[in-house]
Amino acid sequence: MNTADQYLKAIYLAQRLEDGPASTGTLADLLEVSPASVNEMIGKLEQRDLVEHEKYKGARLTDDGLERAHNALQTYCIIERFLANVLEVDAYREEARALESVIDDVVADRLDTIIDRREECPDCFDPEADCCEYLEACSTAE
Amino acid sequence: MSLGQRVSSDHQLARLLQIGIVLEEVVESRAAHHIESLPEAERKQVDAEVRALLEEATAESAEHRERLEALVDELEAETVSYEEINALVDARYGPPEDTDGVLYDQLCNEETAYKFYDDLIAAIEASETDFSIDRERVLETLYAIREEEKEGVEDVTKIMERRT
Repeated sequence: MNTADQYLKAIYLAQRLEDGPASTGTLADLLEVSPASVNEMIGKLEQRDLVEHEKYKGARLTDDGLERAHNALQTYCIIERFLANVLEVDAYREEARALESVIDDVVADRLDTIIDRREECPDCFDPEADCCEYLEACSTAE
Repeated sequence: MSLGQRVSSDHQLARLLQIGIVLEEVVESRAAHHIESLPEAERKQVDAEVRALLEEATAESAEHRERLEALVDELEAETVSYEEINALVDARYGPPEDTDGVLYDQLCNEETAYKFYDDLIAAIEASETDFSIDRERVLETLYAIREEEKEGVEDVTKIMERRT
């Protein structure tokens, strides 16, 4: 997953967490980067019509941005589910975050052939718990 | 979240190699399933060329898997057994409808594996981490496997082109 898609996914999750536009601070926390880096990337995504940005309010995905964010979150869900259920990794969230930049969607699609994922994915992703609400390991996590 | 492609620890390298092993297991298992999963009429139409391609793909994936497992062993990470992955593939297997589907699935297998190794190589090359295993040896193994995946894509493409 490339950096732009990681940002789009973070904006999507921040919009859900904040029930409104994604603020720079929330995005910086989610992505573990500086607010300046967030602003720079938001500008690039805005130029590509993937994001609309309103000063002092935050970023909101356009329809095209939303579609790409959905795909990126699906890829992330596949990685988490694969780590938790196939490789039986306890720290699947931390590892998924570390690996997502190296795993492309075509690779995730192949991994998807050996995991069970709900049709409503990624709507069932819980942004606060950082995992799918139907993932068994997610409900047992502290 | 880790922005930008790079591999920054032994653990992360081992995990990515494990993912490569599972991908090879999926290829191996699917290629082995394809012919037997076709309806009888379609199965009879699968000629020697396609059978040979699938057999070669199965053997090549098994060999790639073993080379990756040898690297992971040195990194002291656990791997998932082929039997377990095979059971998962069995449980979730959606057979191709016809010979074209068999070839198309095989093409996806080879292209996916190529993409995975290409990204993994780029991520290792972008990293300055000192792994406990010789970086050059890891890269040389991955370069060789990537090249074989590229040849695999070309082999399937040639057969598909001859048939259209």
